[in-house]
Amino acid sequence: MFTTGLPRLGESFFTASSMAIAVPAGVQILCWLATIWLGRPIFRVPFLFIPALFFTFVLGGMTGVMVASVPIDTQVHDTYFVVAHFHYVLVGGALFPLLDAVYYWLPKVTGRMMSERVGRWVVGLLFLGFNFTFFPMHILGLQGMPRRVYTYQVEMGWGGMNLFISLCSVGLAAGFLLFCIDVIRSARNGEPAGDNPWRASTLEWATSSPPPPYDFARLPVANSASPLWDEKNSLPVVSGLSVNRRELLITSMGTATPEARETSPQNLIWPFWAAIATSMMLVASIFTPWAVVWGSIPLAITLIGWFWPRGTPEDDS
Amino acid sequence: MRHRIVADLSGLPLHGSGSSSQTWWGTLAFMLIEGTGFALAVGVYLYLASIAPQWPLGAPPPDPWPGTVIAVLLLVSAIPNWLVARWAEAQDLRKVRIGLVIMSVAGLLPLVVRIWEFPALNVSWDSNACGSILWVLLGLHTAHILTDIVDTLVLTAMMFSRHGDNKRRYGDVQDNALYWYFVVLTWLPIYLCIYGVPRL
Repeated sequence: MFTTGLPRLGESFFTASSMAIAVPAGVQILCWLATIWLGRPIFRVPFLFIPALFFTFVLGGMTGVMVASVPIDTQVHDTYFVVAHFHYVLVGGALFPLLDAVYYWLPKVTGRMMSERVGRWVVGLLFLGFNFTFFPMHILGLQGMPRRVYTYQVEMGWGGMNLFISLCSVGLAAGFLLFCIDVIRSARNGEPAGDNPWRASTLEWATSSPPPPYDFARLPVANSASPLWDEKNSLPVVSGLSVNRRELLITSMGTATPEARETSPQNLIWPFWAAIATSMMLVASIFTPWAVVWGSIPLAITLIGWFWPRGTPEDDS
Repeated sequence: MRHRIVADLSGLPLHGSGSSSQTWWGTLAFMLIEGTGFALAVGVYLYLASIAPQWPLGAPPPDPWPGTVIAVLLLVSAIPNWLVARWAEAQDLRKVRIGLVIMSVAGLLPLVVRIWEFPALNVSWDSNACGSILWVLLGLHTAHILTDIVDTLVLTAMMFSRHGDNKRRYGDVQDNALYWYFVVLTWLPIYLCIYGVPRL
């Protein structure tokens, strides 16, 4: 960024905005800690990913503040330092949480647990494999090794560290392989999960695993952010929604007080025709502005057809 | 988990108005999206005006008369608009029908005057950047009058049908009135841009 020849003002602006990212990121980390503090952690595989992603993401954030500074960025621009930095951010900020989410919610999706024993190996291999693969890249970058090269002179002295990186990346890859095997194996033959294997607090764990298409036969009532911890034995629900027309509950914004039983639309072909008419109008408008005029006629017809009342139970109020 | 019924909702109304109606929120969100579109177009207009050697580019300033007539027509139409929303809230079918017919005419009149407003810009949409953005501003607002008038006409037809006397239709009338205020209000900054900025 800073080596592209930006004017002085541009460099100052991008330094300030890049460093400012540390503020919301820091707030976010405190929020994570508060979530654990207020929660009831169970030290099983989904939770084991959490310190791994904290460590990795925070390290990536620290080097982020470093490369926000013009002189440091000019020094490490296009080196392995940058490669290390953004892999720490992406893997810590996105990949570990995604894999974690699979371990957490796959039991809800498939009704079967993933293996606790294999999962511990997966976390260990991924965390150690990742850090041993990518941490040395910081040092290589500071030593001046440019990114996007496939070879370099022997006398640069980067050979030993690169060999170490390559060997550790095998461990990282093994972690991914083990994860994929575990997903497929568990989805087929895993232990039955039950409704709430983690003793978690949120509503998705109150329905069966896997959930029926309608989720709940009656709408559950939540009185706090952790409804299942408030209600040990039974789930408070509401009754009285119609069964002969599709309904959804409208509530007030702040306090979620029920206000109306609004209908959901029935199955209709008109939205499809409206989409076709819109697409035809927009594509044709590339060739002539008159397409907007003539194309609006079929579009208007489809929209009026869509919204015209039908006298069905869904249409009553 | 075992279910425990804590509330019976069978007594709730089948349709809410204002913030307990989905179409009200939809109208609000639509105004937000469209308002952003207007703000972007005005931003482009002011940017072009700020870097052009003279403004308007190679054309006399737009003739303000048709635009002023439209501004008056739109502002006056806010009165029957307010009334029809009130009648819809009271679910008075006869008055709502009359009000919607008046609002149909009140929506068509500015569209008719706009036929003279485009030539009054004194520049074609394809002659230079100034012409393009002027036509974009005016076209954008015209598109909004058009969509609202189509909505009003369909709604008027519906209120004269057997589907009219229905709580949800009265809610539609109120949302339509809410949107018309938006069409009226957005004309004012655009009017100032088109006719005021070149005369500064």
